[in-house]
Amino acid sequence: MSAVIDHGHAGHDHHHGPAKGLMRWVLTTNHKDIGTMYLWFSFAMFLLGGSFAMVIRAELFQPGLQIVQPEFFNQMTTMHGLVMVFGAVMPAFVGLANWMIPLMVGAPDMALPRMNNFSFWLLPAAFTLLVSTLFMEGGGPNFGWTFYAPLSTTYAPASVTFFIFAIHLMGFSSIMGAINVIATILNLRAPGMTLMKMPLFVWTWLITAFLLIAVMPVLAGVVTMMLMDIHFGTSFFSAAGGGDPVLFQHVFWFFGHPEVYIMILPAFGAVSSIIPTFARKPLFGYTSMVYATASIALLSFLVWAHHMFTVGIPLTGELFFMYATMLIAVPTGVKVFNWASTMWQGSMTFEAPMLFSVAFVILFTIGGFSGLMLAIAPADFQYHDTYFVVAHFHYVLVPGAIFGIFASAYYWLPKWTGHMYDETLAKLHFWMSFIGMNMAFFPMHFVGLAGMPRRIPDYNMMFANFNMISSIGAFAFGATQLLFLFIVIKCIRGGKPAPAKPWDGADGLEWTVPSPAPYHTFSTPPEVK
Amino acid sequence: MSTSTDISRLIKRLVVVVVLMFAFGFALVPIYDVMCKAFGINGKPDGTAYEGTQVIDDSREVRVQFLATNNADMSWDFYPEGDEITVNPGGVNQMLFVAHNPTDKPMTAQAIPSIAPSEAAAYFHKTECFCFSQQVLQPGERVEMPVRFIVDRDMPKDVRHLTLSYTLFDVTARKPPVAQVSQ
Repeated sequence: MSAVIDHGHAGHDHHHGPAKGLMRWVLTTNHKDIGTMYLWFSFAMFLLGGSFAMVIRAELFQPGLQIVQPEFFNQMTTMHGLVMVFGAVMPAFVGLANWMIPLMVGAPDMALPRMNNFSFWLLPAAFTLLVSTLFMEGGGPNFGWTFYAPLSTTYAPASVTFFIFAIHLMGFSSIMGAINVIATILNLRAPGMTLMKMPLFVWTWLITAFLLIAVMPVLAGVVTMMLMDIHFGTSFFSAAGGGDPVLFQHVFWFFGHPEVYIMILPAFGAVSSIIPTFARKPLFGYTSMVYATASIALLSFLVWAHHMFTVGIPLTGELFFMYATMLIAVPTGVKVFNWASTMWQGSMTFEAPMLFSVAFVILFTIGGFSGLMLAIAPADFQYHDTYFVVAHFHYVLVPGAIFGIFASAYYWLPKWTGHMYDETLAKLHFWMSFIGMNMAFFPMHFVGLAGMPRRIPDYNMMFANFNMISSIGAFAFGATQLLFLFIVIKCIRGGKPAPAKPWDGADGLEWTVPSPAPYHTFSTPPEVK
Repeated sequence: MSTSTDISRLIKRLVVVVVLMFAFGFALVPIYDVMCKAFGINGKPDGTAYEGTQVIDDSREVRVQFLATNNADMSWDFYPEGDEITVNPGGVNQMLFVAHNPTDKPMTAQAIPSIAPSEAAAYFHKTECFCFSQQVLQPGERVEMPVRFIVDRDMPKDVRHLTLSYTLFDVTARKPPVAQVSQ
């Protein structure tokens, strides 16, 4: 069933190689090809979403309006969020899953290779649709990535319908990807690979996939309700017809909160593979890691209203959602404790994957703490919709999800390309990213606590210095990512040949196949002891 | 080891989960309404007249503010005669709201009340309210509409200030007014 093209004259050796030319990528059902496409696509979206962020930071470089008009600024904040969440972070993790899960569980490919191809190719269509709205009359979506009704229904630009269909396509793609991951993990494990022997990246992805199939349909539902309100005269979110705009927020955040764990759990898994490798010790508390991940996933369904403390939910509701949110700090704390204990007394070396992973642990914890501050319902009335919130979620998403992806990319690049990447440049990439990221987002805590509102193109003079620092940091962080592109291309084109296991402390089935990984691996399942 | 039937059985189950979750998203709509009604948590007072009477509590005063808002596309003038009154819990109080139809067509309107803070909604009893029925105004007609209410003696002590807000909706399309011969 695989897309092998028979060249006739070639013998059996050539039978299983990739097809030639462009059609290889269009028609491929190979998990490595599809993983590669997902990773390149997400990197392109990362640069696109990043350039939207550059527009935002350029406008906020000084108080007053200099570069863009507020209408366009609103489109930039919206598109930055949408592209980064749905275009950069989620597809990057699906790409890593495609490449690594079959290698890690000893499967020859994903369980549903054709669906895999389809779920990738929906994404370019979805994002073409989404980005094209920027060129339409009335502009693109300008209501924030959370698209609260009635901003996104009654007061939305005409292009909102295209936005809705783009979300539908992304949702289809994610759901199919998640079903594929679950089917692969539950059905295609090599003999002897019991669930509790699976690498944590596989475990966290299994749990993430269940989150995806539980909440992406709810997202599809909420945009469908918007579509009906806009075009078919229903009133789900319109008070004039008996609906309620607050209902939108409940349904959206029922999706939205599990979504933030969808963006971080796979990074937890990757880091749980990388830290033991470079600490040269087995992961501390494997079982507790699995249970902590599962508890975070279950709790994520019970905390959605902490995003809406200020809409006027009753006191008992505020207390319930406050305590439930704080409860999530417990399993998260277990994980941070386990990572720290894994490093404790290890023979640590600090290659690029480890640098990104250690920064992940430290900076994600800072983001977790500001999350705890936001969880305190009475205090949240002060923090709500300020730059403190922006600082919080960028601290969990940039050094969380994005650093997790960088760490994974450097960790597995030798396996993907067969070459070692340039360690000096990679370290430079890390330090530039680390400094740029902290410079961009740390001052936002202070301006947020002092009351600077988010999503506004202008601000009070008293915030000017901190905003200038933020902007310089953001420009540095953004420019540094071009260095990453250079490092990856350089690594693909050449470099020191990588052995099958380039990291001496590494453990796992993916290191038993040669580097670069052959086009087909584990056609006969390996024996796992 | 797994076979393709195992996989297809798993896929079927997962697809069922997806379909159920899509339906669940829509089920949240009635669930939300039921929860709001059951716990009285949306600042939505119940829409019937209060029949009881209460003894006035002179020891306590509550400020009641009045707001009137037109929903989008509503062209009437609509405002309370006073912005705020101070009342004693238990006593019957009245406020007049003025509505004026400046258009040249007869129109029907419905006012929807809301109370803030929402936990006070259950303790705010209307004995008479123009919101219990719809208003039909002829072109240029102007009416004063009363609302009579009792603030319950049992209202939590920390609520010293509440707001009664009305939003006026144009329901002419749904309930066409009977055109009236001018008096």
